[in-house]
Amino acid sequence: MKAYLPETAKKRSLFSPFNIFAGIVIIMGLVLTFLRFTKGLGGVSNLDHTNPWGLWIGFDLLTGVALAAGGYVTAAAVEIFRFDKYHSAVRPAILTGFLGYALVVFALTYDVGQPWRLPYPFFVSQGVTSVMFEVGACVALYLTVLFLEFSPAALEWLGLEKAHRWAVRMTMVLTILGVMLSTLHQSSLGAMYLLVPSKLHPLWYSPYLPVFFFVSSIAAGLSMVIFESTMAHRKFHDMMDENHLKHANEVTLGFGRAAALVLAGYFAIKVFGVALGNHWDLLFTGYGIWFLVEMLGFVLLPVFLFAVGVRDRNIKLIKFTAVITVLGIVLNRLNISLICFNYHLPADERYFPHWMEIGISVFVVTVGLLVYKFIVTRMPILFEHPQYPQEH
Amino acid sequence: MGTSRRKFLKFMVTAAGSAAVAGKGKAAHGHFTGYEKANAVLFDATLCVGCRSCEAACNEVNQLPEPEKSFTDLSVLNEKRRTDEKTYTVVNRYDDVHHVKSPVFRKMQCNHCQEPACASACFVGAFTKTPEGAVIYNPSVCVGCRYCLIACPFNIPAYEYYEPLTPRVMKCTMCYPRIKEGKLPGCVEACPMEALSFGKRDDMITIAKERIRKYPDRYIDHVYGENEMGGTNWLYITGAPFEDIGLRTDLGVTPAPEFTSGALAMVPIVIGMWPVLLGGIYVINRRKDQLAHKEKVDSVKAAINETEATANDKMKKAEERFKKQREMAVETAVKKALVDAEKQSGKEEDK
Repeated sequence: MKAYLPETAKKRSLFSPFNIFAGIVIIMGLVLTFLRFTKGLGGVSNLDHTNPWGLWIGFDLLTGVALAAGGYVTAAAVEIFRFDKYHSAVRPAILTGFLGYALVVFALTYDVGQPWRLPYPFFVSQGVTSVMFEVGACVALYLTVLFLEFSPAALEWLGLEKAHRWAVRMTMVLTILGVMLSTLHQSSLGAMYLLVPSKLHPLWYSPYLPVFFFVSSIAAGLSMVIFESTMAHRKFHDMMDENHLKHANEVTLGFGRAAALVLAGYFAIKVFGVALGNHWDLLFTGYGIWFLVEMLGFVLLPVFLFAVGVRDRNIKLIKFTAVITVLGIVLNRLNISLICFNYHLPADERYFPHWMEIGISVFVVTVGLLVYKFIVTRMPILFEHPQYPQEH
Repeated sequence: MGTSRRKFLKFMVTAAGSAAVAGKGKAAHGHFTGYEKANAVLFDATLCVGCRSCEAACNEVNQLPEPEKSFTDLSVLNEKRRTDEKTYTVVNRYDDVHHVKSPVFRKMQCNHCQEPACASACFVGAFTKTPEGAVIYNPSVCVGCRYCLIACPFNIPAYEYYEPLTPRVMKCTMCYPRIKEGKLPGCVEACPMEALSFGKRDDMITIAKERIRKYPDRYIDHVYGENEMGGTNWLYITGAPFEDIGLRTDLGVTPAPEFTSGALAMVPIVIGMWPVLLGGIYVINRRKDQLAHKEKVDSVKAAINETEATANDKMKKAEERFKKQREMAVETAVKKALVDAEKQSGKEEDK
């Protein structure tokens, strides 16, 4: 068994500016990790009894899971709805999905008090009345599914033919399982906040929260595929084969069109949410204006821009709009978990992240980028393996 | 609805028949209205003088760490405090209060909800609502996710943020071990003003309503906790508006588990329906692809057959023509040979 190394990968330098930056971040991350597990959560964060969830839950977990939705969205489009022309997008999307979820779990080990007890809900004491139990079960299972979905690429790289044949055979079942588990936990992350009508601002609180989270995760997934391919084209153009390059614009156009539709639907159900709660009067308060910024600037505007971009076949505009949409998802998740949570409390009882919390989050993202880079410069993600053509 | 959902999920996960669970709650129909023999504490804000005796007793009974300022130091009442990892209960002073003479003191601790938000939120089931009325916590299974702190509408549970390896959630236990021994909770026993009363919840509600009836000028006509969040086992009566002494009146009467029961009920539906829907879409699309493929293959075959047929036809015609030509050529050759032969024979005759 000898791992495959593409010719283009051999030309890449180890001491690139990014690698040096990443090295510094990792050293910082290791120091912060040491502090976290010697001084406790209080030693590295601004979390307190009234604000028990901060940046690590709001950004690393809620936003991370939403932005990792590209995996199930792309796999469903190609394997279930059989849009063959997006085939080249599946492997990159599965990879980023897998890394995204792995990072979510990695970040969680900083946030929870006793991370070595994370398997407890499944093996020691099942709290089945908790929405979080469902989230935990689905994330654990989906991480496994993503690993299996990703495995053909790794097995091609390692040259394990027999295992590879089995892994490919499971594609269909894994895709359906992946969509099912994603539906469940994407929505359940929203459902976790159903418990706190007294703490979350009424414009963001709604019995529809699970639906909002699920639908917006589809838009997030579509936009992230476009955004990631933009970044990948900039940094890993040399690793892409003819087939990938040929279909790139088609992927952007098709996903842009889908994102416009999904976001339009999302906007509609968000309006229904305000109508259901009859919260129209709140739109003219400070939080109401903030709500309008999110809804108009980061949902309705992208709907319009995506539509124009698709009509004019303006790839640049679609890519730009994907970035706005991604930022909108980040904003929405932070609004629900931090900015509009505990809205009724005076400013001195509210939360703002400690720099070390931001440091850990940067560390987690950097680890993800490094692993991504390691994988795409070796495994057949952006190109087809010469010995396994037409496999993806 | 809430109970049946819990039952169902419990059945799904532990596969331990639903019969065992059905025996637990007394409410088979409608929602759970609390354990019959449950205890409660009634706090009367009109009697509390803010002496902090309850805080001191709580600290001692629960063996909590020494406070920074001693319990006899009343200057702490100048700040707004909440429960934390070293303090299960605090008394706050409220100076700007409508209707009654300020200040008003109010004790704060776990309200021991009948259907606790913390218990419904916990994914390891670390919280238990005991039939005696107390909500207790089991640190040996706690992962430390702090969803209970998020879930609590009263902001009561606290967390050991400075404990690096074995942090726990800390909150009032209603002195559950003492109740089991037949003793009073530490704070109730210590109160010199009898602002705290302990007994069966139904009796406490009766006493509270009796006091309100007897002294209508002294109290607001409401027992806080009778129905809030589905009812709590700590009850409050006061002459000051509840909002003015830090008790939210916008919490509603819905027990916390009901907020998430609908979403949880969707789980089995998604698990059951999604494979059918998605599998169906897959099968339909594959069939379409197969049909399209077959159509393509068929039309190609037909086209090939047609071309072959025309080619054969042409070949046959060409062959026939060739045959005819050859026959004709043979004929002419024979004729010519005959003519030649005749000429020859003529010449020979001439000789």
